[in-house]
Amino acid sequence: MNPGNGILLSVLASSLLPGLVIFAIAEHRIALRTTLNLLGAVVKLVLVGWMLWGVAHGQAYELRLALLPGLDFVLRAGPLALLFVTLSSVLWLLTTLYAIGYLEGSPHRSRFFGFFSLCVTATVGVALAGNLLTFLLFYELLTLSTYPLVVHRATEAARRAGQSYLVYTLSGGVLLLAGTVWLYSLTGTLEFRATGFVQDLDASHHGALIAIFWLLIAGVGVKAALFPLHGWLPQAMVAPAPVSALLHAVAVVKAGAFGIVRIVYEVFGVEQAADLGVTLPLAGLAAFTILYGSLRALYQDDLKRRLAFSTVSQVSYIALGVAIAGPIATIGGLVHLVHQGLMKITLFFCAGNLAETLHIHRISEMDGVGRRLPWTMGAFTLAAFGMIGLPPVAGFVSKWYLGLGAMEAGQDWVVLVLAGSSLLNAAYFLPILHRAWFRAPAGDGFAAAGGRHETGWLLLWPPVITAAMSLGAGMLAFIPFSPLEWVQFIGRREFIGYE
Amino acid sequence: MPEGVSLSALAALPWDAVLILLPLTGAVAAGLWPRSARPIGLLVSAGGIPILVGLGTAVAGTDGLHHAVGGWGAPLGIELRADALSLVFLATTALVGLGVALYADSYFEPTLARWFWPLWLFLLGALNALFLSADLFNLYVTLELMGLAAVALTALGGGRAALTGAMRYLLATLLGSLVYLLGVALLYHATGTLDFGLLGQRLEAGPASRTALGLMGAGLALKTALFPFHFWLPPAHASAPAPVSALLSALVVKASFYILVRLWLELFAPLAATAATGQVLGLLGMAAILWGSWQALRQPRVKLLVAYSTVAQIGYLFLAFPLLSAAGLPDAAAWRAVLWLVLAHALAKAAMFLAAGNLLRFGGHDRITDLDCVAQRLPLTVAAFALAGVSIAGLPPTGGFIGKWLLLEAALLQGRWDLVTVMLLGGLLAAGYVFKVVGHFFTPAATRHEAQRVPARMEWTALGLAVLALLLGLAPGILLPWFDSAVVMPMAGARQ
Repeated sequence: MNPGNGILLSVLASSLLPGLVIFAIAEHRIALRTTLNLLGAVVKLVLVGWMLWGVAHGQAYELRLALLPGLDFVLRAGPLALLFVTLSSVLWLLTTLYAIGYLEGSPHRSRFFGFFSLCVTATVGVALAGNLLTFLLFYELLTLSTYPLVVHRATEAARRAGQSYLVYTLSGGVLLLAGTVWLYSLTGTLEFRATGFVQDLDASHHGALIAIFWLLIAGVGVKAALFPLHGWLPQAMVAPAPVSALLHAVAVVKAGAFGIVRIVYEVFGVEQAADLGVTLPLAGLAAFTILYGSLRALYQDDLKRRLAFSTVSQVSYIALGVAIAGPIATIGGLVHLVHQGLMKITLFFCAGNLAETLHIHRISEMDGVGRRLPWTMGAFTLAAFGMIGLPPVAGFVSKWYLGLGAMEAGQDWVVLVLAGSSLLNAAYFLPILHRAWFRAPAGDGFAAAGGRHETGWLLLWPPVITAAMSLGAGMLAFIPFSPLEWVQFIGRREFIGYE
Repeated sequence: MPEGVSLSALAALPWDAVLILLPLTGAVAAGLWPRSARPIGLLVSAGGIPILVGLGTAVAGTDGLHHAVGGWGAPLGIELRADALSLVFLATTALVGLGVALYADSYFEPTLARWFWPLWLFLLGALNALFLSADLFNLYVTLELMGLAAVALTALGGGRAALTGAMRYLLATLLGSLVYLLGVALLYHATGTLDFGLLGQRLEAGPASRTALGLMGAGLALKTALFPFHFWLPPAHASAPAPVSALLSALVVKASFYILVRLWLELFAPLAATAATGQVLGLLGMAAILWGSWQALRQPRVKLLVAYSTVAQIGYLFLAFPLLSAAGLPDAAAWRAVLWLVLAHALAKAAMFLAAGNLLRFGGHDRITDLDCVAQRLPLTVAAFALAGVSIAGLPPTGGFIGKWLLLEAALLQGRWDLVTVMLLGGLLAAGYVFKVVGHFFTPAATRHEAQRVPARMEWTALGLAVLALLLGLAPGILLPWFDSAVVMPMAGARQ
């Protein structure tokens, strides 16, 4: 038996089991629930750290269980999988802390944390999936386990948002299923491989392969919020802030983006994909989404909706980097998976603090809020700078590699897209910062802070930590185990062409 | 070797006869002594499982057991036959039957329970006898007995809607049996036998066998509620008491389908002339999926929605008919998938009807838009409905997903894009109607209603069945070989 079996199952179980137990915990037993939540999150983090160390030293972890004849349930912890697993696990711990503070005193917390843990399990499963079927299983599980969180507030608006969320994501799931089963009928395997597994098919199947590519991409593109499949994301903002933060800024959209990476590189193989002529249209679609999302963000007054459209735009950087099909651009795309996650979760935490502490939901209400919530708005500012791509925050590193990679691949137009998008980012973030820091509060100003802190410490520390991490990921980009170093390690280990 | 001895001793017992006689005796006893009806009913319902394990041990490794009752074999006497295909349906019946019996025990008031128990045991005996019959006439008799028991159970709730639904159901089921019987008569006239084994040797392609297939197929399609013969199902299944609805949707419609599968795999498919019939059945199946799902989506009440969902799900079962292997024989992979769906659907649909019954008991109504924060107040029921719905919609990680995947794979390998498209669309529509209800579980209703208490056991049995449907998707490899032989055995028998 492979030594990886135990640890891979434990990584899943560390959120699955607490989740299932939490469903059964009575609403008022806060201490027990919190202990379970944090225990699971910490255990997961330790296990992930262990695997990171192992993989960096050449260890491979694989778990294989027979599911159907010829098709296994496969979990495999390679460098690429661990990139996403680490991101999810670290942010899960922080978001759990945040959610405990945010939901204090609100009803149905057992249900909330139960499904929250299921979502994390599904996300980690998406990352660790070793073949397309396993990926599909966890991808759909993620859809189903996020739904109760979207409708958590139990209002009519929440119900409608949930309905629209499912219409989008389940339709995507059907396309993904169609592509997967079609591909399986052609190849007889669904195992992810560094150079893809479709190269043995002869030229007569090219038409089918192109159709399968778009089916699969449309399937994961819904979660990655690729235009025109992005409509669910702004609507899903009706969910509580921790959900928006972890799931709709990180887990769900990243599951889609991560799927694009897997499909382009490990299903089709980047060279075959380029030969089929599908990467350029994908890059074009991603570029369009980047600009479109930014433009729509400009016109939102609701803070969370503006952030949501910003997510639509930013997640497509990952797709763009992958679709340019050059090694350096791919590095840029992959590292943005982490960088965007850190920055966007900070922004959503801060938006949650504004809503929870001061009941501010709209940008037009944010005048002078920096004086009342200096730490929160400080973290927000840092993350916004990162989004715009200002050095030394992490976003700059991503954009640098994306631009460089595009030039190297001879796709100079991408640089224009990046520049245009940065301008638009500045255009929708800087006015917020200006209002917060340089305008006087309207009317009688904000109520003074109650305690020693500007808000509850559980609400304050997570955004401050993630903001610091975004800064660190940019400033210390070249130390071992930094996101960039790890992505370069992926490039050397899993994809051809990065030296 | 003592273990071998005990196993062969087990195999020697007449498990099949016990499986029929025990429920029938129980039915009589429960009818005669209403005060003991409850323990008898529960005991017999639970007893099916160990008996089935015994039968399974006896069948394993053989190509089917034959048992001539009273020593009189075919063509004169009653012959019973148990093989892997019968076991699939028997096991489905035993599992769902036990779950529903436990539920019904809390559901019915004593005045109704005294009628429910004998009728249910009678139905159980008829179902088991049907799955074990080895000739066409016995199949007819058991089909008729089952139909009568089912109609009586449908009318159990009383009230105008239930009686109208039951009456329609009675007419449909009688008409179906009659048409089936005509086909049987025609076959008897042509071949001089009704035994499956002998028919397999004597039946030849020709106008007589084609007409017989047409008649029997039409009669059974009517009883299985295949589109466009589904008209009787929604009113009957929606107006019956919840445990009865669960039995009707999960088991009773599967019984006539079982006969059709037997006829198809063993008798008619080897006659090449039946390919066109297969295509027609496939087309009707596709129409059923689309029409049933669409109607389900439009229903304002939970039970009607679930009933129309049954119309749609029955459609999937007919998608294997048009799929033929290269040799022109039934596609074993497709049939394996369909049998899988029979089990998965039975578990999930029973769970959904039981959950719907809980909602009805709780709020006094099952109007979807008036559901009032039930996610908070009946969490187990809601979990049961949602889990079962996920399986019905064919989403992972459930039994429904595995069945759909296997069927999709079989259809794709034959390039049947029409079937693939309809299956995918049907899954999407199913997710649509399931989550239409689930969405309203969370929100409060415009007007508050007085809520009734729902016994814990009614919640747990619904959830238990839904969890079984879920477990079916987690380790399908354990059961799949059994489903393989369920298809291969009858086909191999047919070729001999």
